[in-house]
Amino acid sequence: MAVDPETVRHVARLARVRIEPEQQQSLATELSNILGWVDQLNELDTEGVAPMTSVAQMRLKMRKDEVTDGNRREDILANAPEAKHGFFVVPRVVD
Amino acid sequence: MTELTDLTLTAARDRIARGEVSAQELTEAHVRAVEGARDLNAFIAETSELAMDMAKASDDRRARGEAGPLEGVPLAIKDLFCTKGVQSTAASHILDGFTPPYESTVTANLWKAGAVMLGKANMDEFAMGSSNENSHYGAARNPWQRRGDNKPLVPGGSSGGSASAVAARAALGATGTDTGGSIRQPASFCGIVGMKPTYGRCSRFGIVAFASSLDQAGPMTRTVRDAAVMLRAMAGHDPNDSTSVDTPVPDFEAALTGDIRGLRVGIPAEYSVEGMPEEIGRLWQQGVDWIKAAGAEPVEVSLPRTAYALPAYYIIAPAEASANLARYDGVRFGHRSAEARDLQELYEQTRGEGFGTEVKRRVLIGTYVLSAGYYDAYYNKARKVRTLIAEDFRNAFESVDVLLAPTTPSAAFGVGELVDDPLSMYLNDVFTVPASLAGLPSISVPAGLSDTGLPMGLQLIGRAFDEETVLRTAGVMEDAAGFDHRPAFIAGR
Repeated sequence: MAVDPETVRHVARLARVRIEPEQQQSLATELSNILGWVDQLNELDTEGVAPMTSVAQMRLKMRKDEVTDGNRREDILANAPEAKHGFFVVPRVVD
Repeated sequence: MTELTDLTLTAARDRIARGEVSAQELTEAHVRAVEGARDLNAFIAETSELAMDMAKASDDRRARGEAGPLEGVPLAIKDLFCTKGVQSTAASHILDGFTPPYESTVTANLWKAGAVMLGKANMDEFAMGSSNENSHYGAARNPWQRRGDNKPLVPGGSSGGSASAVAARAALGATGTDTGGSIRQPASFCGIVGMKPTYGRCSRFGIVAFASSLDQAGPMTRTVRDAAVMLRAMAGHDPNDSTSVDTPVPDFEAALTGDIRGLRVGIPAEYSVEGMPEEIGRLWQQGVDWIKAAGAEPVEVSLPRTAYALPAYYIIAPAEASANLARYDGVRFGHRSAEARDLQELYEQTRGEGFGTEVKRRVLIGTYVLSAGYYDAYYNKARKVRTLIAEDFRNAFESVDVLLAPTTPSAAFGVGELVDDPLSMYLNDVFTVPASLAGLPSISVPAGLSDTGLPMGLQLIGRAFDEETVLRTAGVMEDAAGFDHRPAFIAGR
């Protein structure tokens, strides 16, 4: 599967990662190489095979739906690049 | 002083227990060794003061008769583990300044057992890499050198700083994490023991997530016995990780009986790959001879889908990574771009500035294979292949008890040799990825030297939750190999 710079721009947008224009061509080549290499999986017949969801073959544990933790606003905000009045601060999103 | 850093973890533990050395003496010797090993760049942060405080507390506990199984043992902690009040970076620029308000379960277990933290070990950014060159803090170096050649070599990755520190006698042991080989490959490259336990054996709580269905913590030490003791302290069920398994943790040290008579050891034909250096094949054959001499029975087995494990891994791991790394948004913790004018730009700029080249590459691959129109062709296909890989192992374990294979297709390579060639770098994981996809316990044991004088490891893979057989066999191989070679660089010498 060949990836072109336009696809790199699209995927980078989906992933919310800025890719400088001068890197788009080299990334397109690298991604094409990697995806071309993984294409060998198509040699393997997987008709009727269930996709693995859990390697440990276990059932997810259930617990009572009750609050077990909380009241840690200061801990949670302690690492924020910008916080005010007990909230995270982001650039204005509505005018 | 240097003598103390040459002890094995278990020998140091025994000396402390007998009162022949204090935790503070042992820790001080290692703090000096960490300082003396700075040329290796094995640590992102040295926590010397904290180490001495923890050692003092350890001596106090011992005086009160409350000693734990790792009382006073100084360790390096891979910087992927969150440590309360100590900056935790995952070797990424995007976690600049992040100081966790909580402790990972594995490190909490180690401190409860009495261990002491020397510092946070260098690694590939977000554990993505096989050479430790993808670190925002610069590459860590391998303390080994080729005979008659002082070109710097990589320690392997992603747990490269951990492996380097343990090999250079700057720590008695270190934590690592293994997603596709990140404990075993650096252990092999640095001539130490590294074990990835069964998926679910150790809690992932507080370990910065890379690929959640694969990530598993494990010990990196200089002997198999050290690994057994350290793993026991790390492991255990944790309500904070729903994939940690609620099953008793055995006394792994007691499993080291030295007796593998009658054990059936599978030799998987598919691990003999084209272009593999002849010396790796020779080492493997040597391993077969050792286990045979110890009374075990080598059995040829086939894991027919082995060749498809690596490409499946390089879909599944980036897919999970792209989801896990969505949390780095410049809003809640870590780096935030100063350039952004609106929210969209804040995300894109922050992540563009904060992630390194390999991390971006994998986030893009992951996003691509999960995107509309490709999800079935790539991601679901890879998950089906993963089912088949696990089935291969299940079939093999019907007739054998443990598998023996090389750990890596080569000895350590030079700094800069593969960094511009992602595919060649990925091929380093060809022998370690299959057990990761199947969630099986696996260990690398130093077994011999390459023609150029570099360490090479052999790998044992066991049934799920049968770490004991893996460790027992590893102990026998370790004795047979008698690997007593030392790296060119020893801390403080």
